[in-house]
Amino acid sequence: MNLFVLLAIAAAMVLVQFVVTRWVKLNLLAWMGIWWVALWAAFSYGINPPLPNSIIVLFMAIITIALVAYLSADNEELKQAQESIVRFMVTRQYRVALLIVMFLIPAAVAAWTFASMNEAPQPPSSGRTIHPPPPSSITFQGTSINLTTANNPIRELQHTDEAAFAEHVANGRRIYFENCFYCHGDNMEGAGMFAHGYDPLPANFNDATTIAMLQESYLFWRIAKGAPGLPSESTPWSSAMPAWEDFLTEEEIWEVIIFLYEFTGFEPRAQGMPH
Amino acid sequence: MLTIDRRSWLLRVPLGILVLVLVALCSEPAWAAPQEADPEYRALPFISSRVLMWAVAELHLMFAAFVLAVPIFALVIEYIGYKTGDRRYDQLAYDFTKLLSVSFSFTATLGALLTFGLIVFYPALTQYLVKIFSWTFLPYVLLFFLEAFFLYAYYYGWGKLPPRLHLFLGVMLNIVGTAIMFIANAWLTFMNTPNGIDEMGNLTNLWEAINNYIWMPINIHRIIANVAFGGAIGAAYGAFKFLGAKTLEARAHYDWMGYIGIFVAICALLPLPFAGYWLGVEIYAYDQSLGITLMGGTFSWLFIVQAVLIGNLFLAANYYLWLSMARIPGAERFRGFIKYLLGIITLCFIVWATPHSLVATVEEARAMGGSHHPILNVLGVMSAKNTAVNLLILTTYVSFLLYRRANKEATVSWAKTGNWIQFGIFAAVVIYVVFLGVYGYFVDAQTRIGLSQPQVMSVLFAMVSVTVIDIFLFKNAKSRGEIVWGKISARSQYALFFLAITFTWLMGLMGYVRAGMRQHWHVYGVVRDTSVDAFTPTLGYAGGVVSAIVIVFFLLIAIVFFLAGLAGRKDWEPKSGSRWSKAEASATVDS
Repeated sequence: MNLFVLLAIAAAMVLVQFVVTRWVKLNLLAWMGIWWVALWAAFSYGINPPLPNSIIVLFMAIITIALVAYLSADNEELKQAQESIVRFMVTRQYRVALLIVMFLIPAAVAAWTFASMNEAPQPPSSGRTIHPPPPSSITFQGTSINLTTANNPIRELQHTDEAAFAEHVANGRRIYFENCFYCHGDNMEGAGMFAHGYDPLPANFNDATTIAMLQESYLFWRIAKGAPGLPSESTPWSSAMPAWEDFLTEEEIWEVIIFLYEFTGFEPRAQGMPH
Repeated sequence: MLTIDRRSWLLRVPLGILVLVLVALCSEPAWAAPQEADPEYRALPFISSRVLMWAVAELHLMFAAFVLAVPIFALVIEYIGYKTGDRRYDQLAYDFTKLLSVSFSFTATLGALLTFGLIVFYPALTQYLVKIFSWTFLPYVLLFFLEAFFLYAYYYGWGKLPPRLHLFLGVMLNIVGTAIMFIANAWLTFMNTPNGIDEMGNLTNLWEAINNYIWMPINIHRIIANVAFGGAIGAAYGAFKFLGAKTLEARAHYDWMGYIGIFVAICALLPLPFAGYWLGVEIYAYDQSLGITLMGGTFSWLFIVQAVLIGNLFLAANYYLWLSMARIPGAERFRGFIKYLLGIITLCFIVWATPHSLVATVEEARAMGGSHHPILNVLGVMSAKNTAVNLLILTTYVSFLLYRRANKEATVSWAKTGNWIQFGIFAAVVIYVVFLGVYGYFVDAQTRIGLSQPQVMSVLFAMVSVTVIDIFLFKNAKSRGEIVWGKISARSQYALFFLAITFTWLMGLMGYVRAGMRQHWHVYGVVRDTSVDAFTPTLGYAGGVVSAIVIVFFLLIAIVFFLAGLAGRKDWEPKSGSRWSKAEASATVDS
């Protein structure tokens, strides 16, 4: 959050509410405009890192609809707003102001067009699908694994043989730091030494919306098959993940999965069967 | 003179011809003989057979939803009229029922077109489904005949049969209609989550095939959604008649009809997200791949579109209620609350519409450190969405509560205490819902999914308990004046049109998701799609097709409105001086 900007916007609103209105009577239409600008400024400059333009457009569209709904939800208020617009357009005393507005609107459009035409060229933005859907089953080093029913065989040791489980976790740690941390980082935040070279960045496992939302069999599939095993739908995936089935055994992959959950403190999504 | 029903039969003739033309237009494999083997697919020369079947199935579904929904609330309204002796309710129920006759014919015709289309264009798939579900066809056809009997008897028997017998016909119509839907739902849900079959796809247990993972969630979801949809279309009919009304009496009646229609729609809309959530849980439980495709993968962006549409639905529903207060003396004292309600709705709308993965340029993504924004990220997951939707529902309920008590003043001695208790319930539930939403970020996925239940139950508890208190609170209340039906701006009626169109569009988009999540499977994991259309259409393309379907639906529903409107008109009479009146006069003289 950019607190300084947010406080400045709040202060400006307070100023309008308690100081400006002593001299100028603001009708509902004017208040709508002030709220719109204040919220736009808050979304555009009050949040750090900045919000993508697509999100600002989405939020402002919702706010615009809401403000128009509020303005028109009362017949009297709407009538006053309409009358103030008509008065501005037909009353002689506002002629200069009207001319200025008539000049400013096309000038603003021209300025916006000029500015957008002068931006450095960049690839178009795209909505990326984060979770590719896994197949029902995969073939791992000649063995078929059903991803719908596959469980991590090490998981049951967590309660039956703690020593053996700890050994597997230790193995998982070793495997992670031998193979994965270059991209996914020391703390699994997706900021390893090679991460800056990728677009998109490697997954951040500390984020509650990545491995915490997935079943272990899903992780097995992603690690085993990597980018080459991504489905043909919803492409392009833009992933640099290697297919680790060429380098690790089945047990090693399960071990590193256990380590990911142990390190981050998350629980994998269970294979619930509510039916 | 033709009756309305005969007209609807006449409508079937060109559609029947269309079916024959379509069959004739099938490309060469359609009629080429002899053939070595039956083709798996047949194609059309100018339009993809998939798009054609998509449009026909969706239109059939929309009309079927309407035909199943209207009898539910028409029966309830008729029963209220019967118990209270107020003839206005009876008239209102009849006005809704007038829309059924032509709609039923459209449903049947589109259903026939869909069946023919499946047989012609997807013979192998149809054959497989027939093999699995052949035992369900006979009861389906018998129920369909019964549906036709009960529907026409209910419509034509209005005012001509004893009230109890008529109500009985309405009950039977609803039972039979629901049973038909349950059978058809078994076929389509089997395609998504097949069950009761062996590894080769052969049937092992018919009941398991019917009672597959999503059969009951879809049944419940559809009953609720149908009522919401039917109410919205009924309200649009009221708005259509209101805007064309020539007398104050007609204006008042159709204003009331629009209000009742949208009241029904909103009542059904409130529990709908919960039913949808149950459906989602079952899909995920059947196969994580389907669940991920749906919510986190290919279709995740469509759920943002859905969120925007549902957010608009809630906003428009509240907007209509606020505008409706203009017809109630005393409502102006609640005007001040609107800005706070709107603030909450807007905030919840924003949370619900925030995507998890953002559309960003490379520069923007680099500034964020990935495709997830560190602050907005928390709004993109189910904990935030569930919290937002629960608060949206509560806020809409508060709008309704204000509308309900607009012209009332409580006279009971405990009025102040009652208000505080209601406020306390709301405050406690809001705090509880928000707490569970935040708590959801700190627990594992399975626990988090489970938290949605107490959230839902607490919101339902708030709505039920506050309503019960409100009923006693305003018993023998002092009235500030009667509701002046018809005293409402035209904007409110356009809001009703907006609601009906948004409901329909939403229905079309969700239909696309339900079928599309199978991706390259006709029957998921069993019958693979090997046609030229074995790809998932892009969201933009699907949006275009669904929009076209919605336009066609409203063109057809305009015909329904027009024909329903004829029912109340006076018999045609020749104008004086016209050749008809002269011929009539001479005929009278001759006789």
